[in-house]
Amino acid sequence: MSETADLLDPEASDRTSDRQLIDLDALYRESGIGGMLAGMDRELVGLVPVKTRIREIAALLLVERARRSIGLRAEPPSLHMCFTGNPGTGKTTVARRMAGLLHGLGYIRRDHVVSVTRDDLVGQYIGHTAPKTKEVLKRAMGGVLFIDEAYYLYRPENERDYGQEAIEILLQVMEDNRDDLVVILAGYRDRMEVFFRSNPGMASRIAHHVDFPDYEADELLEIARLLAAGMQYRLAPEAERAMADYILRRMVQPRFANARSIRNALDRARLRQANRLFEARSSAIGATDLLTIAEEDIRRSRVFTQ
Amino acid sequence: MRLTQGQFSFLPDLTDGEITKQVQYALDQGWAVAVEFTNDPHPRNSYWTMWGNPMFDLRDAKGVMMEIDACRAAHPDQYVKVLAFDSSHGFETVRMSYLINRPAEEPGFELLRAEGPGRRIGYTVRSYAAGRPPGERYGRETRHGT
Ligand SMILES: Nc1ncnc2c1ncn2[C@@H]1O[C@H](COP(=O)(O)OP(=O)(O)OP(=O)(O)O)[C@@H](O)[C@H]1O
Ligand SMILES: [Mg+2]
Repeated sequence: MSETADLLDPEASDRTSDRQLIDLDALYRESGIGGMLAGMDRELVGLVPVKTRIREIAALLLVERARRSIGLRAEPPSLHMCFTGNPGTGKTTVARRMAGLLHGLGYIRRDHVVSVTRDDLVGQYIGHTAPKTKEVLKRAMGGVLFIDEAYYLYRPENERDYGQEAIEILLQVMEDNRDDLVVILAGYRDRMEVFFRSNPGMASRIAHHVDFPDYEADELLEIARLLAAGMQYRLAPEAERAMADYILRRMVQPRFANARSIRNALDRARLRQANRLFEARSSAIGATDLLTIAEEDIRRSRVFTQ
Repeated sequence: MRLTQGQFSFLPDLTDGEITKQVQYALDQGWAVAVEFTNDPHPRNSYWTMWGNPMFDLRDAKGVMMEIDACRAAHPDQYVKVLAFDSSHGFETVRMSYLINRPAEEPGFELLRAEGPGRRIGYTVRSYAAGRPPGERYGRETRHGT
């Protein structure tokens, strides 16, 4: 401990500052975090601001650990987060990965995410909400509690809404059990802002606001490739060009939901591919046929006829 | 008289850190952990009151510790124990059971001898505390079952 005091004493610092060398790189390697970050880069397209923030958090936690190793005060930082962004921008996907990362960095004890929405937290009658919320909190302890579309917790139009009760309990736990639980709220940007304006207590407990940008067309094409590969399909070169056209058209249509629209488009392309193969079932087919999404499987989409 | 029942009963009372580790062990085995309390310390009293439901879907001991804290806060002057139930085939029974709270004063037990025909002696053990009505057994305790 006296060594730590020395570190902070300007007179003594010359003597001690370099005596203890800390191998930050070794800490980094031990944590296995490099692999996880690389996996995130590989499996998640784009999302640069999100990845940057996650890297910053990882650095903070590693430095925290280094500080603790030489006896410096290391207050565990508050890591409650809010993910905002349009539909299908990857909020849920990233939240699920956060648990693995924070666990690897030794910030949470367990690598689990408990994912809930309003209905899991808020009850139907007086006295129903508190036990429900506590039940969820108990299950989430040690890991990540992910609350999707968090603004539904707050219904200002109904003054006897039980959502407020759930919010109060959450606020308490977010403050008292910082070592036990990371809360991640997610939702659309504008509605989240309204929610925070009417719940300043919640806003002040959230250290990290992460905004998920909409994807660019080329990113969506890359996502299409990744998703197809994940389902063990392959886009033929002409099909890929068709997909690029599809994306440009789909992006400007109503109810465009970023990566989710791409996933849905692929699901429908699989349907058409299956039909195409089935129609031609009199001739034998090979593995390539089963694997490949052809141009027509995409061009037949309604998006091209509208 | 210090009541000794269940596991660890001849050790000093477990600290919260030790209870957390024991609970985590039980959860890691996939056992359901329950909290129960009573103001009747008789060793044959198997009717302890359940504090909430057994917890079988938790991963981390902290969730159980929250219930333990709540139970001890509500019944500071009663006996509280933790049970771990193994539902796997062939066991289907309690695998762990230990006290985690006790009244500040434990009056102990009275041994009664009843002489029968042929000078046969029948023995009865009665806790002094249970001689008084619930709510008055250990000073400021709250009523049994509430
Ligand atoms: N960057 C990405 N790279 C690869 N796939 C992605 C990416 N972002 C999203 N996806 C895929 O898109 C789909 C939708 O993503 P997700 O459910 O995470 O979106 P969301 O932001 O939670 O949407 P919502 O707000 O509608 O709930 C998922 O199937 C996911 O695999
Ligand atoms: Mg989502």
